[in-house]
Amino acid sequence: MKKDIILAGVGGQGILSIATVIGEAAMAEGWNIKQAEVHGMSQRGGDVQSNLRLSTEPIASDLIAKGGADIIISLEPMEALRYLSYLKKDGWVVTSNVPFINIPNYPTEEELNAHLAALPNCVSLNVEQLAKEAGAPLQAANMVLLGAAIPMLDIELEKIEAGIRRIFARKGEEVIEKNLAAVHAGYNNSIKK
Amino acid sequence: MRKLLLGDEAIAQAAIDSGLSGVYAYPGTPSTEITEFIQLREEKRGDAEAPIFCRWATNEKTAMEGALGMSYMGKRALVCMKHVGMNVAADPFVNSAMTGVNGGLVVVAADDPSMHSSQNEQDSRFYGKFAMMPIFEPSSQQEAYEMTRAAFELSEAVHLPVLMRVTTRMAHSRAVVEITDSPRKQSDIKRPEDVRRWILLPAFARLRYNELIAQQDDLQRSSVESKFNAYTKGSNPERGVITTGIAYNYFMENCADGTDRSVLKVSQYPLPVALIERMVEDGAKEILVMEEGQPVVEEMVRAIVPSTVAVKGRLTGDLPRVGELTPDSVRLSLGLAPLERLDADNIVVARPPALCQGCGHRDMYKALNEVAAEYENPRIFGDIGCYTLGALSPFHALHACVEMGASITMAKGASDAGQFPAFAVIGDSTFTHSGMTGLLDCVNSKSNVVVIISDNLTTGMTGGQDSAGTGKLEDICRGLGVHPDHVRVVVPLPKNMEEIKQTLREEIEYNGVSVVIPRRECIQTAKRHAKAKAAANK
Repeated sequence: MKKDIILAGVGGQGILSIATVIGEAAMAEGWNIKQAEVHGMSQRGGDVQSNLRLSTEPIASDLIAKGGADIIISLEPMEALRYLSYLKKDGWVVTSNVPFINIPNYPTEEELNAHLAALPNCVSLNVEQLAKEAGAPLQAANMVLLGAAIPMLDIELEKIEAGIRRIFARKGEEVIEKNLAAVHAGYNNSIKK
Repeated sequence: MRKLLLGDEAIAQAAIDSGLSGVYAYPGTPSTEITEFIQLREEKRGDAEAPIFCRWATNEKTAMEGALGMSYMGKRALVCMKHVGMNVAADPFVNSAMTGVNGGLVVVAADDPSMHSSQNEQDSRFYGKFAMMPIFEPSSQQEAYEMTRAAFELSEAVHLPVLMRVTTRMAHSRAVVEITDSPRKQSDIKRPEDVRRWILLPAFARLRYNELIAQQDDLQRSSVESKFNAYTKGSNPERGVITTGIAYNYFMENCADGTDRSVLKVSQYPLPVALIERMVEDGAKEILVMEEGQPVVEEMVRAIVPSTVAVKGRLTGDLPRVGELTPDSVRLSLGLAPLERLDADNIVVARPPALCQGCGHRDMYKALNEVAAEYENPRIFGDIGCYTLGALSPFHALHACVEMGASITMAKGASDAGQFPAFAVIGDSTFTHSGMTGLLDCVNSKSNVVVIISDNLTTGMTGGQDSAGTGKLEDICRGLGVHPDHVRVVVPLPKNMEEIKQTLREEIEYNGVSVVIPRRECIQTAKRHAKAKAAANK
C-alpha cells in the first residue's frame, strides 16, 4: 500500500484536519506516514497545501515529486488545479466546487467547471451544501470532502470512522456524530469502488 | 511509544526526554512549534514532573543568554530560533563557544530555504563553523529525536554548545517517531568549578581560544566516527554523492531500486574529512553534493578533493543555486527523466497572503495612507510581522522592510538625511524585540519621526504567541524619553478613522519623536480567547 496525497485549499479552510483524520487511521494500521505542512506567512488567506504520504514501506522524501501524487484533495476548486502537475496521469482530483474568491482576477465559474470536467478522474462536490443537508455545521465541510475521497484512499470507511471517534473523543458524542454524518454525506456522493 | 510528530515537535520531545530544564526562544517560522510543544507539556504537566522554564524571550539574543545562564548552573537548556534570529543572537552564540558550557546546551536554528516565510536564505551552518562548534543536521524526524538527545550528551562531553540545524521541510513535516519510555531526569544545580573560562577578559579568552582550537581534532574524529554520518562504497565508485540533512531523503526517493554510486550521508559536522577522502580513494571521479541552503559543503569538498575530481552541486548548476531542494530537482541532477504527469493548468492565478478581514492593521494602513498622501513625498519604513503584508495590494503602503526593528532606525536615518515625513510602522512584539533601542536613538537625536506601533497584543504572524510588551508600551516609550504628550493611543476601527487621521496629522506636524499606538487585539487570538472563555463558562 502506498498513497501520495496533496491536500489543498486557502489558509484557514481546514485542510490539516483532513490530514489529521487520515493520519490517525493510517497510524492505527501501523503504516508509515510523512506529512509536510505549510505554516507562517502563507497561512494568511493565501494558497496552502500539505503533502501527505502513506505507505507500508519506509518513506524517504517529505515532499511528493511532480507526477507522483495519487490524489489531490482540495477544499477549493481553483486550488485543486494549482497542483495538477503533481498528479499522476491516472490520478484523482476530489474537490469542493465552492469558489473562495479573495482576489480580483479569479477565473469565472464556467471556466473553472469546464477545466474540472475535462480532468480524467474528478469528483467535484458542493461540500458546504452536503454538510448542511447532513445536519452538520459548515466547519464540517472538510469532513464531507474527506468522505468523498475515501474510495480513492483505499482505506475502509470504518477505519476513517474509528479515527474520527478517537480524534473527537474529548469533544463529545454530538460532535462525533455530526462529523460522521458529514463523512457519510461525502462518501455516498462519491464514486463507488 | 510511537507518536506522530512534526520535526520541531520531535526535537522538543527529545529535549524533554533529555532532562531539559529550560527552553529559551523568540517565535519565528519554522522554529516556533518547538517551544509551543514544551509550553503545552507544561500546561498539562502533573505535579510529580519537574517544571521546565518555557516563557517566550524578548528576542533571540536574550534567549541565547538566558540559556547560557541556565547551562552555567549545570542544567540543560535549549535555544530555538529561525535562521535570521541567529543574526540577533550571534554575539552570545559565538561567545558561548568561547566560554563553553556546563550543563548541556543545544541551539536549534531553523533555516527557511525558498523563503516561505522569511526575507533571506542564509545558512546557519556558517555560524556553527564560524563559532567552531559541532553541528547536527537530521535527515528524518526520528533522527531529529535521536540527535537532539545525542546533542545534549555531546555538548556535556565536549563542554560546547551544539548547533542543531533544520530546514523548513524537516521542521514542518510530520512522521511517526519512536520515543523513549525512560526519560532522563533534570540535572541538579552544579556551578562551574573554574569561573575564569566564563570571564572573557582578553587574558582569559586567549587561553580559552587555544583550548577551543585544540578541541577541533576531537570534534573532527567525533564526526568521522558518528553513527549519524555513513559512508557506503558503491558498485560504481567513480560516481559519488554527498548528502546533508534531508537532502538524503530526496536522493533515496529517486533511487528506490538502489544506487550504484558511493554515498556519504552527512548529518554531523565538522564535515568528516576522512570519509570524503575515502570516497576519493575508492575511485570517485565525480562527486555530486546535495545540500539544503547555501553551498557550504560543496565549497569545502572542493578544497578537500584533488582537482582531478569534479565536484558538482549548486555552484555548477547541477542543482538550482537558490531555493530548497525538491525530489524533482534532485531527480534532474541524477540525470533521471521526470515522471509522467498532467500538465499545469493555465487558469490558475496567484493567491498571495493578505491581512485578515477585520484586522486592526488594515484600519491603521487606511488612515496612514490617506494622511501620508497629503504630503509630497512621504516615506513609510516597515518592519517584520503580519503588517508587512501592507506592502501588497490593496495598501501598497511600505517603502522599505529589512529586518526586525529597522523601521524605527531607518526612519531616523532617513530623517537625519532630510526626509519629511518619516514614518516607522512596527508591531508590538517586534518593537520590544529590537525597536526600543532605536527609539532611544531617536529620542537622543530629537529626530523628527512618527513611530506607529501597531499593537495587536500578540505575536501574530507566527500564530499568536504572548508579546513581551503587552500592557507596557506607553510606559516603555515614555521611559525611553518620548514626551508623554506625543505618546498617543488610538483604536483602529473604521468608525474612528477621522480621529486616527487627525492624530497622525498632529504628530507629523510635531517636530520631534512621536509614537502613535493603534491598539486592537488580533482577530485570530480574539476568536481563540472568546472560544476558550465560552468553553470555560459551559
